[in-house]
Amino acid sequence: MRFFEYEAREIVKRAGIPVTDYGFTTDAAEAKTIAERIGGPTVIKSQVLTGGRMKAGGVKFADTPDEAQAHAADILKLEINGHEPRGVLVDPKADVKQEYYMGVVWDGAAKKPLMLFSDMGGIDIEQVAEEHPDHVGRGHFSTLHPFSDFMAKQVIADAGVTGKALQRCTPILARLAQLFLDNDMILAEINPIAELQDGSFVALDAHMEMENEGMGRQKALIKALGIGAEEGTRETYVPSAFEEAVHAVDAADHRGVIQGKDNGFDGNIGLIIGAGGGSLTLTDAVRQQGGKPANYSEIGGNPSVAKACGLAKAVLQKDGVEKIAVMMSIVSNTRVDIVARGVIKACLELGKDPAETIAIFRIPGAWEDEGFKILDKYGIEYCDRSVSLWEAAGRAVEKIQGAAA
Amino acid sequence: MSILINKDTTFIIQGITGREAINLTRECLDYGSKIVGGVTPGRKGREVHGVPVFDTIAQLVEHNGGVVPDGSVVTVPPAGTKDAVFEALYAGIKTIVIVTERIPRRDVAAMVELADLNGARIIGPNCLGLIVPGVAKMGGIGGPAKNAAQAYQPGNVGVMSRSGGMTTEISSTLTAAGLGVSTAVSIGGDAIIGSTYAELMPYFEADEQTQAIVIYTEPGGRMEAQLAAWVKENNSRLPIIAFMAGKFMDDDEMQGMSFGHAGTIVEGKEDSATEKIARLEEAGIPVVERIDEIPALVKQKIAERSAA
Repeated sequence: MRFFEYEAREIVKRAGIPVTDYGFTTDAAEAKTIAERIGGPTVIKSQVLTGGRMKAGGVKFADTPDEAQAHAADILKLEINGHEPRGVLVDPKADVKQEYYMGVVWDGAAKKPLMLFSDMGGIDIEQVAEEHPDHVGRGHFSTLHPFSDFMAKQVIADAGVTGKALQRCTPILARLAQLFLDNDMILAEINPIAELQDGSFVALDAHMEMENEGMGRQKALIKALGIGAEEGTRETYVPSAFEEAVHAVDAADHRGVIQGKDNGFDGNIGLIIGAGGGSLTLTDAVRQQGGKPANYSEIGGNPSVAKACGLAKAVLQKDGVEKIAVMMSIVSNTRVDIVARGVIKACLELGKDPAETIAIFRIPGAWEDEGFKILDKYGIEYCDRSVSLWEAAGRAVEKIQGAAA
Repeated sequence: MSILINKDTTFIIQGITGREAINLTRECLDYGSKIVGGVTPGRKGREVHGVPVFDTIAQLVEHNGGVVPDGSVVTVPPAGTKDAVFEALYAGIKTIVIVTERIPRRDVAAMVELADLNGARIIGPNCLGLIVPGVAKMGGIGGPAKNAAQAYQPGNVGVMSRSGGMTTEISSTLTAAGLGVSTAVSIGGDAIIGSTYAELMPYFEADEQTQAIVIYTEPGGRMEAQLAAWVKENNSRLPIIAFMAGKFMDDDEMQGMSFGHAGTIVEGKEDSATEKIARLEEAGIPVVERIDEIPALVKQKIAERSAA
């Protein structure tokens, strides 16, 4: 789950990291009040869960409270990359001497969290790492042993930073590392952490992302930030009608799992495929043989007849889909006969002939004899494990689109 | 021979009274595995297919005359997985298969770190375990004994796969071609896993029966780069052949989307299928386009090695 900047700053503040005296509001008049309280030049920042805010005009500088109100009114109306802003953050314009970067992410290969620090703050860390590798310090830390500040100090020193900056940044990075673990984050970034002209250090922006799997035990934090359950995991992804239909079929029955996606797919080959790895393999096999899938799907964990039927119906009701290919890698949990019954039921309920509609059925494995008997009865072309995933996909392409490429 | 488990390996099932665990217990017993007990807190005194159930591993060990089992299959819900694995590790269990999916990364990292300190090995999470054809299986891999026997015959190819289902598809292809499988490991599809390809290579290297390795891989993560580096640094006697699924995810319209497994999300250029294929091939690991091309290439590579 991603957090808005105003929430990320609150998380940072709770961890004892210095932040500016900012204010968040959804109202332009209140933006003026906040600017008055701050009493000096301010920055008005759109609160959206998308990048490129500066370029889109979502960040503006104001010299007076009236100007702050006018900018806030504009920004509140400004949609960025299809996202409406949640509100605006009114931030004192900082008198910056130097900007630094600090962040914590997971390193899947090392299986540990990784701290990153750079004295080239304010820009994308990946760009810095590529162009100025000597300006980036890195260090893993344990999820088991206690954290100690020297670990953060080493990372900062490795970026070539010494003096007061090293001393001031060490406890800040240490707190960021701790909050990363404590709050089940997968990204915790302060960019920039700024050294001001008066010598103080303060977080001027923050990015936080919590692992969805960790949300269950982070309810207290989520509640304290005022995030309601209705916001879910805040996926910015907008599901298609097909995806919503498949999701509803999946949610209606706890047996097995089905998933369907069609954003990015616009072909005519309806795919009823599984399981996780099998679906990836089969989608490639269809495409590499010149086929154009209408969708992606995954069947797993022994779904009911109703679920397999629901998925097949959703695929068959997509525009341009006349036929489906029902294919999986060898199954040991999912039952072949149940999937066969489900897809045949879908054809019949939509008034279609299963033999015409199901271009190929290739699911070998558990209960295959029973499954093949049913398929025989309806005259559906099927094959067992002696026909590879590639060949089965090729037959589907040939039957639905003409010759395989 | 085999890696990690053999005909004498004893193991337990943590969370044995769950629906999936009961099936898994039946399958493993039928296949010839030695399950010496199960643990579900509050269910002491029950039996699952004749396997005694205990509240704690300590009780189970005491019941077994102080003998610590070799392994554990962990099937408890995600919120309790870390504690269950810690219980197994503190008891001295050395081979742990974690079936559970959707475990927070912080917990996975902590389990892996403690396992490393204890000289133990974790397979998974979010995996189907491992199988030594004709000998034993630890986990749901291959399904019921009858189905497992059909797809997995003993042979000389080691299989490692991020997808449980594809472990069986590939092994079945090897079996049909008369090559068979030495040990097949479903390593799991998450962003952090207990045992990566590179970390299991030394085991296969030490197993005389194994003459070649086949891996199934997907976009996301840096595990293939790690394997490529391992191959370059170690003069392995084993030819490796890879299959990469999910090439379609490299398309622009698929950016930022995750398909198949939690770990497939592409977070940088290095995790893309194209980049991974380049890395593997650079290290001398051929990446086949189709699963059905694997047996012929395995035979060719084995012949080349024995001729050299």
